[in-house]
Amino acid sequence: MNTLELTGLIGLGSLLAGFLGALTGLGGGVVIVPMLTLLFGVDIRYAIGAALVSVIATSSGAAAAYVRDGYSNIRVGMFLEIATTIGALCGAALALHLRVSSIAIIFGVTLLYSAYASYRQKPHPVENGAPDRIATWLNMDSAFPSENGLETYHVRRVPLGFLIMYVAGLLSGLLGIGSGAVKVLAMDQAMKLPFKVSTTTSNFMIGVTAAASAGIYLSRGYIDPGLAMPVMLGVLTGSLLGARVLAGAKVKTLRIVFSAVIGVLAIEMIYNGFAGKF
Amino acid sequence: MSESVARAPGASDAADAQATNLQMDKRIDMFMGMLLRTGVLVAATLVLVGGVVFLARHRVPVTNYRVFQGEPAELRTLGGIFRDAFAWHGRGLIQLGLLLLIATPVARVTFSVGAFFYERDWKYVAVSLLVLALLFCSLFGGHG
Repeated sequence: MNTLELTGLIGLGSLLAGFLGALTGLGGGVVIVPMLTLLFGVDIRYAIGAALVSVIATSSGAAAAYVRDGYSNIRVGMFLEIATTIGALCGAALALHLRVSSIAIIFGVTLLYSAYASYRQKPHPVENGAPDRIATWLNMDSAFPSENGLETYHVRRVPLGFLIMYVAGLLSGLLGIGSGAVKVLAMDQAMKLPFKVSTTTSNFMIGVTAAASAGIYLSRGYIDPGLAMPVMLGVLTGSLLGARVLAGAKVKTLRIVFSAVIGVLAIEMIYNGFAGKF
Repeated sequence: MSESVARAPGASDAADAQATNLQMDKRIDMFMGMLLRTGVLVAATLVLVGGVVFLARHRVPVTNYRVFQGEPAELRTLGGIFRDAFAWHGRGLIQLGLLLLIATPVARVTFSVGAFFYERDWKYVAVSLLVLALLFCSLFGGHG
């Protein structure tokens, strides 16, 4: 196999990953690292570098489409980015010191959680409790367009959300993923934001979080241009196509299949990590 | 703005302020979205051009990604990447595109500082400045 063929195959795989990731809402980044390491035998550090770059591309590329609907809460997003960027910096620093097999195992466990979370997640009704003191001070309460017109909501438990966001950033920096599942957990479950607001704000934040660790990866020589090129172009094209198809697609079955694939990959990552195959 | 914001009659001034805030946020969002999309497109084009140059010259042997070696200095420092890209090297061009891509979220945060400043929302000027500082820490403090 020559470089052209290898590049083509990786590009094609990334295209599929980006497409399915956008269609199912799981993001393309989560399958890139397992694909590169398990299928193409790439060192996990190169794989993480390439995945991180593709995560930024999809987040920034899709931003225009997501904000059009007016769901995302940029104040909540910006405030929580303090936590995710600090987490991402710590995660990237940790990645330089942890053994590769440990990274693989943490990766597998995170994948399992993402698959589980996507299977379980469903929109909950807007709970309109009393205004929260911290959220009010931070001017976070907002409204979003629902069937009954503009519906206001109160943001709750800011410190808990902040803490979970730190973990999301840590995982993003350590594993090169967007960790959208953990971000949604923080906003949807802990801070009680409406589901649609959580997912779009999460996408808004993913690019900034990934950029925080990508700088470190780049300057440490973890981002190889020959590898990152097909991955970034493939995932970006795939996710743009996926977003286009999404409107009329029946994603329920697809989501279950994709979650199952992710689950299998996760177990293989964990197994290989323990077997010392990285 | 073509759409009208639905509100209950007799809504308070606070709700009024919130609606204006929301409209402003949305306009800012739209502009940022466009800015980001343009950045990503330019970055992707650079990566694509670099990729073509790289593949045209670098057919054999296959790069070995199994063994981690780390990138050479010209592909991991700002100055090195610029020199390599302007020498029209495939890898340097790709790396410059990736650098631009990493810069798009940084641009978004920078823009937010300005937008919050315009809204006189000092708390969030401070918040976005802090995020920006953390991003710069990563981009320029990663050596050592």
